[in-house]
Amino acid sequence: MATQTIEFRDTAARSAEAAASAPPEELRDIQGDKLVLNMGPSHPSTHGVLRIIIEMDGETITRAVPDIGYLHRGDEKIAENMTYTQFIPYTDRLDYLAPLANNVAYALAVEKLMGIDQKLPPRCQYIRVICCELARISAHLLGLGAFAMDVGALTVFLHTFTEREKIYNLCESLTGARFTTSYTRIGGVTRDLPPGWVDQVRKFLDEVVVNIAESETLLTRNRIWVDRTKDVGVISREMAIDYGLTGPNLRGSGVDYDVRKASPYLVYKDLEFDIPVGSVGDSYDRYLVRMEEMRQSVRILHQCLDKLPGGADNRSKEPVNIADGKTVLPAKDKVLTSMEELIHQFMLVTQGVDAPPGEIYFGAENPKGELGFYIDSRGGGTPHRLKIRAPSFVNLSILPAVLPGHLMSDVVAILGSFDFVMGECDR
Amino acid sequence: MPTPLELAVRLQEAFPGLVSAPTEFRGEATLKVADADRIAEVCAHAKKALGFDMLLDLSSVDNYGADPRWTVVYELYGIGHGAHLRLKADVGEEKSELPTVSTVWRTADWHEREAYDMMGIRFAGHPDLRRILMWEGYPYFPLRKDFPLAGKPTELPDTAFTRTAPLEGGPFVTVAGGKDSMAREPRARTPE
Amino acid sequence: MSANADASAPNVTELGYNSKVEGEVVHTTVDAALNWFRKNSLWPMPMGLACCGIELMAVGASRFDISRFGSEVMRFSPRQSDVMIVAGTVTYKMALAVRRIYEQMAEPKWVIAMGACASTGGMYRSYAVLQGVDNILPVDVYVAGCPPRPEALLDALIKLQGIVAKERTVWNQKRDVAPAKYGSLGIELGEKGEVVHP
Repeated sequence: MATQTIEFRDTAARSAEAAASAPPEELRDIQGDKLVLNMGPSHPSTHGVLRIIIEMDGETITRAVPDIGYLHRGDEKIAENMTYTQFIPYTDRLDYLAPLANNVAYALAVEKLMGIDQKLPPRCQYIRVICCELARISAHLLGLGAFAMDVGALTVFLHTFTEREKIYNLCESLTGARFTTSYTRIGGVTRDLPPGWVDQVRKFLDEVVVNIAESETLLTRNRIWVDRTKDVGVISREMAIDYGLTGPNLRGSGVDYDVRKASPYLVYKDLEFDIPVGSVGDSYDRYLVRMEEMRQSVRILHQCLDKLPGGADNRSKEPVNIADGKTVLPAKDKVLTSMEELIHQFMLVTQGVDAPPGEIYFGAENPKGELGFYIDSRGGGTPHRLKIRAPSFVNLSILPAVLPGHLMSDVVAILGSFDFVMGECDR
Repeated sequence: MPTPLELAVRLQEAFPGLVSAPTEFRGEATLKVADADRIAEVCAHAKKALGFDMLLDLSSVDNYGADPRWTVVYELYGIGHGAHLRLKADVGEEKSELPTVSTVWRTADWHEREAYDMMGIRFAGHPDLRRILMWEGYPYFPLRKDFPLAGKPTELPDTAFTRTAPLEGGPFVTVAGGKDSMAREPRARTPE
Repeated sequence: MSANADASAPNVTELGYNSKVEGEVVHTTVDAALNWFRKNSLWPMPMGLACCGIELMAVGASRFDISRFGSEVMRFSPRQSDVMIVAGTVTYKMALAVRRIYEQMAEPKWVIAMGACASTGGMYRSYAVLQGVDNILPVDVYVAGCPPRPEALLDALIKLQGIVAKERTVWNQKRDVAPAKYGSLGIELGEKGEVVHP
């Protein structure tokens, strides 16, 4: 029996050939020109309204041009017409999979501008870290679920959504809303932890670890999953840095950059956790990085809950807001009886916090990458310019460089592994 | 590990007269580049010699009422040394153009498209300068201070319209930097 | 068929059905039967644009299972769906795509505007946001909330089922972009108050 050699060239060679190919004369009427496919703004990969115009030679992609802006709502212009506190609900809707993390990042940015970010009470800082890490678990669960669902593994989606419902319950008892929480305020948080919340979080953490392990058994060594994601969407280290990728996409390519370690904010320097870093930079690595980040978030949460100043019920009455009447709304019973608090309440609600003139940039490690706020303040309660450095916007800019050379069916795997959110990308 | 201020001073020394002395605010170093046409040179030097290998953000600011009208802000970061740096370049309204830095960092491509889309600042040498968030053929630059938040009516090809949003007279919001409470009081303000 | 006539629809005879006396035959009107089929199998076309899209996914997931109301398949194909759930902010740039997809849906079709942004533009009163999807589509049910709880969306689906139950199959089904004129019953009145046939 003669053996037959089948040759598969790598994606770079296929891409080069596809891009340069012109069919010979006799085949021209059969092979024809390249196909332009519009992967339109409404498509089943539940990643939001992204449109990609793909030019293909058969099944191999030769060019891909993303078209964004279908969810551009004018957040930055709205910010110039709102006080800092009034803008907080808009930050929820940026990365709407992890609203608590956006709230924290924005509040920290404004507090950095005002120079009070080092004066936050420790309980407030721990609460904010808990919020950030819960949001990270929530966002990665959904990213994973949507990625798996697009590639075909529907069960994982249902499993991760069950865990997310538990996080929604936690958020609801903490903030009042399932998501779109608007929990942080300039100088603190809206309210302290409700009684029994810490125990609910511990119970959830025990359950989520089991669920993550289950999803892992379904995916990580699954032959189909590995075949569809290994060596698909390879991004080299240099390319990742040059294109400004951040977050799990950057770490999947082997760059050890995490804002929580590089420029720690809140109490991250007191917490022990590891940063998972990939080696190859393909979709499989990005998936593994996200799985491991969830486990590290569980680890951080356990430490925070153990170290929480004031404990679960705050019997020692630790403050959760800085004690400055000009920044934080005073207690309502004082407002209605005492003159000074009444004036503070009035000024804060009508004019907002009085930020000094100056400009700052603050970047926080959001689940999708580095969410940065550049605030240019000319004094007063509204910013002159608020620029949101959205990680998904920057992550998507690499698509025209990554997609060519892959097959059409790889597009879904690559998009899923990038885990972007259009609300953030378009603002 | 060099601090941001040290690196800023080194960058200034490499371009005497072009780059101003660094200012510091809240622990961040900012440099002003006097001639916007040489911004690509300064950025290239910052990347190669000083290790700022990542452009985190590129913003545009409208100094409405002041001349030069536009300020373009570059937020640089170096993964090796972990320092941030901010470069600012001013551009006048008549010219509204400065060279692209997408040859230095490829991420600047989309950031500059957005700056063009929102503010109308052009970038010379950009590979593909077209609108990114609004649609092709949108006639205005929305983030300019003289463009109202409610928008202006336009024609959208194939569909009927864009209308102005109902704002009942305009966002009732305090004005930054007014000299006293009366000046800062929230009331409807229309841009001239 | 062992179906019950829908007694809540007007002009439909109520049936006292006793299978021992009448056997396995049911008398009903075409309207009642068709509406019963339609309302219990409303396949949604999810136009999940923004944050409400995530709540829509949560409605489809296990806890708030929308398939127990008949909306088993979230078909992303407009040709195969009955109700378009516009979930999220509709920007002017996206409006064209939404309208085109709506036109590709086969009759009969309904629209649920989910959330504040789809109903009225929500908190985004800006230059880029369509102030309510009812500027381009005839909406049957509006759901308030930012985002509405999944229970609110299921409530809207039940309300829509109530609307579907009252529809008339033979009358004017093609709706225009001005719903105030026709209403969900598809009936137009002339000057003297008489019913105008299309």
